[in-house]
Amino acid sequence: MFKREIVELNMGPQHPSTHGVLRLKLKLDGETIVDLEPEIGYLHRGVEKLAENFNYLQALTLTDRLDYIAAVSNNLGYIETLEKLGGVEVPKKAQYFRVLLTELNRIASHLLWLATHALDIGAMTVFLYAFREREMILDMFEMYTGGRLLTTTFRYGGLKEDIPEGFDKKVKEFIKIFPSRMEDYEDLLTENRIWKKRTINVGVISAEDAINLGLSGPILRGSGVPYDIRKVEPYEAYGEFDWEVAVEEGCDTYARYKVRLKEMRESLKIVEQALEGMPEGDFRAKVPKTLKLPKGEVYHSIEAPKGELGYYLISDGKGTGPYRLKVRGPSFVNLQGLKPMCKGHMVADVVAIIGTLDVVLGEIDR
Amino acid sequence: MDFTTAYILLPTAKILAVFIVVLLTVLFLTYAERKVIAFMQVRLGPMRVGPWGLLQPIADGLKLFLKEDIIPLKADKLVYWIAPTIAIVPAFLSFLVVPWGSETTLFGLAKTPIPAVISDLNIGILYILAISSIGIYGILLGGWASNSKYPLLGGLRSAAQMVSYEVPLTLALVGPVMMANTLSTRGIVEAQKGMWFVVPQILAFLVYIACAVAETNRAPYDLPEAETELVAGFHTEYSGMKFAFFYLAEYANMIVVSSIATICFLGGWLPIPGLSFLPIPSFVWFALKVGIFLFGYLWIRATYPRYRYDQLMQIGWKFFIPVTLINIFITAFFLLK
Repeated sequence: MFKREIVELNMGPQHPSTHGVLRLKLKLDGETIVDLEPEIGYLHRGVEKLAENFNYLQALTLTDRLDYIAAVSNNLGYIETLEKLGGVEVPKKAQYFRVLLTELNRIASHLLWLATHALDIGAMTVFLYAFREREMILDMFEMYTGGRLLTTTFRYGGLKEDIPEGFDKKVKEFIKIFPSRMEDYEDLLTENRIWKKRTINVGVISAEDAINLGLSGPILRGSGVPYDIRKVEPYEAYGEFDWEVAVEEGCDTYARYKVRLKEMRESLKIVEQALEGMPEGDFRAKVPKTLKLPKGEVYHSIEAPKGELGYYLISDGKGTGPYRLKVRGPSFVNLQGLKPMCKGHMVADVVAIIGTLDVVLGEIDR
Repeated sequence: MDFTTAYILLPTAKILAVFIVVLLTVLFLTYAERKVIAFMQVRLGPMRVGPWGLLQPIADGLKLFLKEDIIPLKADKLVYWIAPTIAIVPAFLSFLVVPWGSETTLFGLAKTPIPAVISDLNIGILYILAISSIGIYGILLGGWASNSKYPLLGGLRSAAQMVSYEVPLTLALVGPVMMANTLSTRGIVEAQKGMWFVVPQILAFLVYIACAVAETNRAPYDLPEAETELVAGFHTEYSGMKFAFFYLAEYANMIVVSSIATICFLGGWLPIPGLSFLPIPSFVWFALKVGIFLFGYLWIRATYPRYRYDQLMQIGWKFFIPVTLINIFITAFFLLK
């Protein structure tokens, strides 16, 4: 009697909850998703190509602009790749401070995820609470690097400069305040009936599918795979700290929510240990002023807040910059999970699933 | 009282008074919403226009009034134009039967005190329910006439949501009506002189509050205009005064449902039992109770995430309606014996 028609709906690139300029072509039957296709490329700046024309230090500033929520992690991955090729031993103090800043960055990144994810599902207050705490971390970044978002934090062989005076006080204040603030978020969400209804069994992806798609980070760990590069292949001083990998078996949005919350707590533990055990000594190894790397190829990956962030670097041994720099961005790969997660769900769930994937378009488009 | 005073002067004065008060309340409810939620979220809210941003609603109104009125090329012009009107007129018409106090002289206009309600219809509650159902058409037609996909989805959602929540809402009000044995709003309030109906009708009261939130499209049931999903839902394509009409209608409806809750469950203008010796005029009691409900609305919005469309329908049909039906049976049982 009635004709069933599939409606095609454009979500984005201008849409309040596609986290930037992601565009989704949805095929809808009523409100149910029949098919979906992500369109990317609205933020393409040619970072990888630009890097070929820059020297090694200049290319560092490009990495800030990949995942601009977690610039410190991006810097760390890039600098470590250079150090791996150059074979430089980084002083302990620099290693500890790198870990400290990266973990603070992880908390900031997860806070932004929590804020936007909750806002997408309709919990407005968590958004503002999380931003308040993120502000404290950004203030610390500003104190050390001068920048809040695009930090350009580390240098080849160590740090740019010594830890500024009063920095530890700020970190200590944050360590004192943050746990109680975490409880505030949890009070608002974790046992909230509506929150649970909106996240449990939404966006389910099995461990097998997640591995096959190459998903990493909290999404993989939310499917019950305890894979964290910080534990599997410890870089910097991660092996010296006492912390746990956050794993949940739920495979759904709620499990990933719990994983990220636990990660924030674990990160705080690492920050505390790194601050207390901060060794004395040099903050940078002896390195030449103009950096030249030997001929060779190297791949190095770290655990960025969003997953495995890898850099593949080729040096021809002649120039002062990368011959080729390839970035393996976690957001780009994790976005592949969107389609299998969304199928059969409703429009409202798409928003929740984009939120739980925690994609940053700056890194997807590069 | 001669004919002119009784049938022209007094009703006009009452209508004007109610209209102005409601309009001002609506305006400052938008201000209150922004302020209350701001304080709950550790920020300040509007601060620029006037002291503490008090003139913000007026500035907003002016801005909307002067904005360009955009009509999409492919919209159904007539329906598009008429939809906001259909939304707002019933919202204000409902105040016809809302008694805001026991008796009033309208600042000395009437020689003897008259009932503080524009018209004491003997089918008051039924009238409000009937009129407010018409308001749904405004949203539905607005979403449909825009001829755009997001408003269409919003319109569809609101059609399903508001129609299905109308049922438990009405059923929840049956309890108090049975106990008062009248449909007149004044009659219901006067029947609560002994005990407020919130005590025997607690089930109906809770269901009513939940349904009222859904009926007015407020968080956590604000699906028709779910900002993060449907951009702005049914009013995505609306701008200027037409948008303002939808906005005003939403807030006016909030006041209507809060007033009904006050009338049917919290004893309307009656003072809190035990506090009747206080020299507080009845309309203040009424405003206070309505204010509590409105504050609750804002509080809920700051706290809860949003339901999903199918979950919302599930609660409505599978939980609220059975509960209200049971409540009606219980009430009937106790009234019969």
